Amino acid sequence: MLAYIVRRTAYGFVTLIGVLLLLFVLFFLYASPHEMARRAVGEKAPPEVLEQWIVNHGYDKPKVWNPEHPFDTLLVEHFRRALSFDFGRGDADGTPITQRLREGMGPSLALAVPSFVFGLLFSVALALFVAYFRETYIDRMGVIVCVLTMSISTLLYIIGGQFLIGKLLRWFPISGFDASPSVIVRFLMLPLVVSLASGVGGSVRFYRTVFIEEGGRDYVRTARAKGCGDLRVMTHHVLRNALIPILTRTVVVIPFLFTGSLLLESFFGIPGLGSLTVDAVQGNDFATLRALVFIGSLLFIGAQIATDVSYSLVDPRVRFE
Amino acid sequence: MSVEGHVLANAVIALLLAACAGLAVVIHRSELWRAAAVELWRRRPIALLVVAVYLVIAALDSISWVGGGEVGEGGDVLAMHQPRSLIDRLFPLDFDEKSYSAPLASVEFYGGDPLDHPGRHLLGTDILGRDVLHVMLDGTRIALLVGGFTSLLVIPLALLVGVSAGYFGKRIDDVAFFVMSVLMSIPDLLLLIALIMAMGRGPLQVCIAMGVTSWVGFCRIVRGETFKLRELDYVEAARALGVSDLKLIWRHILPNLMHLVVITFVLTFSGLVLSEAILSYLGIGIDGSWGQMIDQARDELARDPIIWWNLAAASAALFGLILAVNFVGDAVRDVLDPRTLRERQ
Repeated sequence: MLAYIVRRTAYGFVTLIGVLLLLFVLFFLYASPHEMARRAVGEKAPPEVLEQWIVNHGYDKPKVWNPEHPFDTLLVEHFRRALSFDFGRGDADGTPITQRLREGMGPSLALAVPSFVFGLLFSVALALFVAYFRETYIDRMGVIVCVLTMSISTLLYIIGGQFLIGKLLRWFPISGFDASPSVIVRFLMLPLVVSLASGVGGSVRFYRTVFIEEGGRDYVRTARAKGCGDLRVMTHHVLRNALIPILTRTVVVIPFLFTGSLLLESFFGIPGLGSLTVDAVQGNDFATLRALVFIGSLLFIGAQIATDVSYSLVDPRVRFE
Repeated sequence: MSVEGHVLANAVIALLLAACAGLAVVIHRSELWRAAAVELWRRRPIALLVVAVYLVIAALDSISWVGGGEVGEGGDVLAMHQPRSLIDRLFPLDFDEKSYSAPLASVEFYGGDPLDHPGRHLLGTDILGRDVLHVMLDGTRIALLVGGFTSLLVIPLALLVGVSAGYFGKRIDDVAFFVMSVLMSIPDLLLLIALIMAMGRGPLQVCIAMGVTSWVGFCRIVRGETFKLRELDYVEAARALGVSDLKLIWRHILPNLMHLVVITFVLTFSGLVLSEAILSYLGIGIDGSWGQMIDQARDELARDPIIWWNLAAASAALFGLILAVNFVGDAVRDVLDPRTLRERQ
């Protein structure tokens, strides 16, 4: 088990190095610092300004090979910064990236964690309900509603939610954020509702398939034969055995959580990592973007390792060699 | 768009139409594919028709040439020398108003000046005075370009890498798997953003970036299935008889992967179109897409009185396409995947 975790983590680390290499190729070799400078200061800027921008942002070193100082290159700098979590200053306004990441983490989690937990509970409960009534009109209607809600763009959910709940009904503020515990709920309610509405369709449909598949197995028939009620079969037999696909799906959703909150945060004015990404894209801030991609991959690789390990906790059939 | 641009677009659409015709012949000749197509039509006729309508609109909007049409008094003569598609030709040349007008209105929405074409804008006009119905129809082409063209680029590449990784294994598989796990470990949207930011903005760049992100999914599925197929008895038997690797892949592996490719294609399609909408919000999408229309409509709901037709038109067009493709996708999976068939019986 321990050997497995170590090996898995080692491969995760190698993957992370691969991500960094990809970022280097994209942002230093493919789009050269000159290109970045041109986009940052404008097409018509004189060459001196371009050069000055490149020097100011530390992009004036040799890229890969420096015969005099082998370690004084952009490649080494890129790896050193990422692996020591010291990302330097943003290309756009010169604020320290690491500090902004740390500040953004809190608001991001304040939205992502509740929407993740409520979304999971809500969709599993709803899927159990639909699967319980399988092959009836409730089931069929449920599936159709799921497909309908899946077909609507997230943008429309957000715009519609802001308009309907925020502007017409005036239940919650349209946007804004305040970290003090008494007000934070008011600001988070609307994004939470929107993220539930936009994400629930796909999950319910997936879990329903899982539950129905599990419901056709032999152990379910045995449980029925010994006199278990339908409800008990659902909660005690089907749900427990469906935990593995649920777990897999949960981790698959984690990066979507990150990206989903990208839209939500920027629309609802929550100063998290999602807003930071949007600002970085709109302000041509490549340094911040690189840091965000790195952090996103790091989180995702960590989550994958955690799932693989937790398989052994829920499924005794899974063994590690 | 330059003259070469529209000639190129015409050539591409001709190529695509030829490919579709070829595909139809192949489906018609093979008994199993024909049965699947008939079954698909039996299950989801309406959704298939809706998809067909979108396809026809996009195809008509891709065939364009210069000339024809008359410019009224005070109209833009330059417009006559721009290539216009068959869809563009449904509308008069100088159909633009000065600013917003409600559907079928005869006066401008703000100010109440009389319109040049009173009562003829079925879905009103947007802030620049363009006819919303026209803009919406043009968006169809972009949506299908994003969803369809990207997949057509990606599928051959994914088949090549996935099959060679799964079939030959060893070093090839190690390399392919490493590349896949690197790309997979970057959250989709962040990878898309990073690729587009590095390559610059534009329709081709967006398609390539989407191609890279969807390539991973295709490739993983193809690789896994090839692994399974390689161990099957009939493949072993063929190998024992001395069939070469290349012929074995062509005759025994590829045909047994095609149903998965079709299923994945249809299921990926809607995801691609929806993520283009998100990219449009970030300002790195494709010009003229529905996502951009929705993005522009954000501020229009904050106006008083609100402007709803722009948002409604783009959302309805997007929703209709995605819904139809989702329904078709489910049916395609049910029809083509023998596993779900077994569960049904």
